[in-house]
Amino acid sequence: MGHHRYFPHTDADIARMLGRCGVDSLDALYADVDSALRLKKPYDIPGPMSEPALDRYFDSFAAQNKKLTCFAGAGFYHHYTPALIPALMSRSEFLTAYTPYQPEISQGTLQYIFEYQSMMADLTGLDVSNASMYDGATASAEAMVMAVNSVRKKRRVLVSATVAPAVQQVMRTYAEAAGITLEVIPEDNGVTDSTAFTEMLGAGDVAAVMVAQPNYYGIVENIDDWADKCHQHKALLIMNCHASTLGILKSPGEWGADIACGEAQSLGMPLNYGGPYLGYLCCREAFMRKLPGRVVGATTDREGRRSFVLTLQAREQHIRRQKATSNICSNQGIMTLHAAIYMALMGAEGLEKVNRLSAAAAHSLAEKLESTGKMKLKYPGTTWLNEFAMEIIAEGITADRIIEECASHSILAGVKLTDDSILIAATEMCTPEDIDRYVSIINEMKP
Amino acid sequence: MNKTLYSPLIFELSHKGRHGYSLPDYDYGSEPDIPANLKREKAPTLPEIDEPSVVRHYTNSSNNNFGVDTGFYPLGSCTMKYNPKVNEAMVARASVADLHPMQPAATVQGALRIYRTLERYLSEIGGMAEFTLNPFAGAHGEYTGLMVIRAYHMSRADEARRKVIVPDSAHGTNPASAAMAGFDIVEVKSLPDGTVDIDDLRTKLGPDIAAMMMTNPNTVGMFEKGIPQIADMVHEAGALMYYDGANLNPMLGIARPGDMGFDVMHINLHKTFSTPHGGGGPGAGPVGVRSGLEQFLPVPRVIEKADGMLDIEFGHDAFGRVSAWLGNFTVYIKALSYILTLGADGLMKVGKLATLNANYIMESLKDLYELPIAGPCKHEFVFDGLRDKSNGVTTMHVAKSLLDYGFHAPTIYFPLLFHESLMIEPTETESVDTLDSFIDVMRNIARDAAENPDKVKGAPYSTPISHPDEDEAALNPILTYTRLCAQPTS
Repeated sequence: MGHHRYFPHTDADIARMLGRCGVDSLDALYADVDSALRLKKPYDIPGPMSEPALDRYFDSFAAQNKKLTCFAGAGFYHHYTPALIPALMSRSEFLTAYTPYQPEISQGTLQYIFEYQSMMADLTGLDVSNASMYDGATASAEAMVMAVNSVRKKRRVLVSATVAPAVQQVMRTYAEAAGITLEVIPEDNGVTDSTAFTEMLGAGDVAAVMVAQPNYYGIVENIDDWADKCHQHKALLIMNCHASTLGILKSPGEWGADIACGEAQSLGMPLNYGGPYLGYLCCREAFMRKLPGRVVGATTDREGRRSFVLTLQAREQHIRRQKATSNICSNQGIMTLHAAIYMALMGAEGLEKVNRLSAAAAHSLAEKLESTGKMKLKYPGTTWLNEFAMEIIAEGITADRIIEECASHSILAGVKLTDDSILIAATEMCTPEDIDRYVSIINEMKP
Repeated sequence: MNKTLYSPLIFELSHKGRHGYSLPDYDYGSEPDIPANLKREKAPTLPEIDEPSVVRHYTNSSNNNFGVDTGFYPLGSCTMKYNPKVNEAMVARASVADLHPMQPAATVQGALRIYRTLERYLSEIGGMAEFTLNPFAGAHGEYTGLMVIRAYHMSRADEARRKVIVPDSAHGTNPASAAMAGFDIVEVKSLPDGTVDIDDLRTKLGPDIAAMMMTNPNTVGMFEKGIPQIADMVHEAGALMYYDGANLNPMLGIARPGDMGFDVMHINLHKTFSTPHGGGGPGAGPVGVRSGLEQFLPVPRVIEKADGMLDIEFGHDAFGRVSAWLGNFTVYIKALSYILTLGADGLMKVGKLATLNANYIMESLKDLYELPIAGPCKHEFVFDGLRDKSNGVTTMHVAKSLLDYGFHAPTIYFPLLFHESLMIEPTETESVDTLDSFIDVMRNIARDAAENPDKVKGAPYSTPISHPDEDEAALNPILTYTRLCAQPTS
């Protein structure tokens, strides 16, 4: 047979190996597969493609993607990615390793996960972090399940209407299967309705409450006594935060929350059309043994050297099977390295600066958009950082039209909320000129 | 690999006043005011560090690590094959880095075309009607597939089906995923040859069974010869067949799960389709369904419109969403690059060569290691430790000894069918030279176990660390640097 470059086998190798196995053909190794089940013809798949052909093939996809200057957020933000991060992430020793089952030859992976856990716990103001989850939405769903498992005999969870809709939907999927009753606390003028929160909590049987910070509309909610209220009813407070904003906003720990979860994409991860991103999940020490997923801990080896190992494995599926805290048997791996390097490079100062810059860009854009007379802030008087909801007040202009018109000028205007409102975000990647370009498109739009 | 430990943590390299970020100094002419009660009281204690130090830190740290590119990684059930570099290059080539998941479909036709193309190829390889690529990992795929099955039974108002049958040899994720999907677990026994006991299965089937989960070949590397009959029995009982794709690799070019009678399946792109494991992720666990079950796949779904344009569908009768968007997108690019690089021709050879490699090792070592189930195996096989156990040398000792010789250890103490499981999966991308060196080393270890058992029991000797105290780690969990610093120094 003609051999592909990924297969080292020569015909002579194969003959010698078959001899060792005591059979005379490769097919003989599959004698136990009923011929009725066997493939009758090769797959209907093109190739093999040479590298130059593959380049052209993927170029053809690239040509059908349109890069837009990004003013969309809704949980996913276009921040800068320091160039050294992809360079370090592509190191084979990190990239081509599996889950660190053998700590003796996996200290590299274990060490960066430990650094990541330390930084995330610090950022959220909580005691511990796991080794990460797939994304913010599954982290939120698992946080909900974890909270229910941490509280005795209560299966009602309240989620604020201002948590991102996609996150709520993933939570609903997990809740339904797990027999958890997930109820939505309504919103009032862009924030969680605090009267409804108090009433629903007071109705009893609540295991946990989840609020977003900033919420889906970009608003920073004042939830001053919510943790106390939750705790009075023996319920846990879960906060869902965009990781980057924790560099400036009051942390879940400072609010008194028990669990923090959410999306860490905002730590400089490329948008990559939806993934890979990174879910984080942190909690107070009291709930540590209810955490889903991998956890790395420090210990010493036989010569007293500081070492890192996977730990608290008695929670996990390979030991507990159906009684495990979750079915997750991995983490988001190399993306935790991304997060750790990003946080190390930025430091507290850089994280605060990136938030201030992004907020300044967004506030400047909001003011200029309002000055067109065609839009106004949907929730004026609220505190927000780099994301805001705009109501379209000009006759005959819709959110769809704005998005379409801006896209034709290579700008992603935002995310449609309703026919006459749009969610807009800005980051340090938007120049003042980009902002002016966006505003002038709106200025020129006719009814 | 490094022999000496590079041990500092990034926090220990921090010096006040240094920084490693690069931010623009745009003047936007507006600075929002954040009320003090909404701001952090205490700044996070992140490192303060310059860029060259960060690069050196992680480069040195990577030298403490072992990957497929470092050496042979025969980790059973994990399919640690070569991760082609061209796949990584194609991610950059496809220009998706700056695409926002919510931008208009008209501006991301290339990305959607990648999704759709891979979806079609996986359907062809799996013998399925349609795949969703959205699930993030194998376990997440299992969960998604079981939710599809749940939605199917609910749609028929057949709500009594609350149980899922799982073989006792199954991956731990199978029962864990079924539990998360709201099912109770019924275990079916294995025969001495490791395959499903059909008589035991017969007694477990009934109107309360929603599905049977199987991997084929199973976790001892044996092809489940009873498969057409098992599928018939399960279907007869009104339940569906779920294929755990963790062991799909040896079936490439041989047989398709759809043709074996499976209704729903997942594929681990990070195993069979060569995308890097990344120290634990990101992977991808696409889920396929046979014709008639497509409407139960989760949203968002990529659909083809009448005019040939692709679009994203958010609402239909399915059970909902398992991911915010379309999953770990760049992983799809790598898998598609792999499929096209091999082409139908190359893909047809993957299974056979993987199986040849596994059988070659098995045949070369079975005189010294206990082979509880005689071959031929498929992509992997299980030894039940050394044949001569008189000196007390265990599978753990053999595994640790291998590290000294520059090999990763096999999967150990799984499957649970044997006390001393040592599960070896070489994959098709290893040369016979590598296999021969591995075999030599395994034979050396067996000889040492007989002649100098304490040497084997003390291994590893040449790794950056040795014998970390895992009991202490679990008893007194130190999960953060803050906690580490608070420890009394001994």
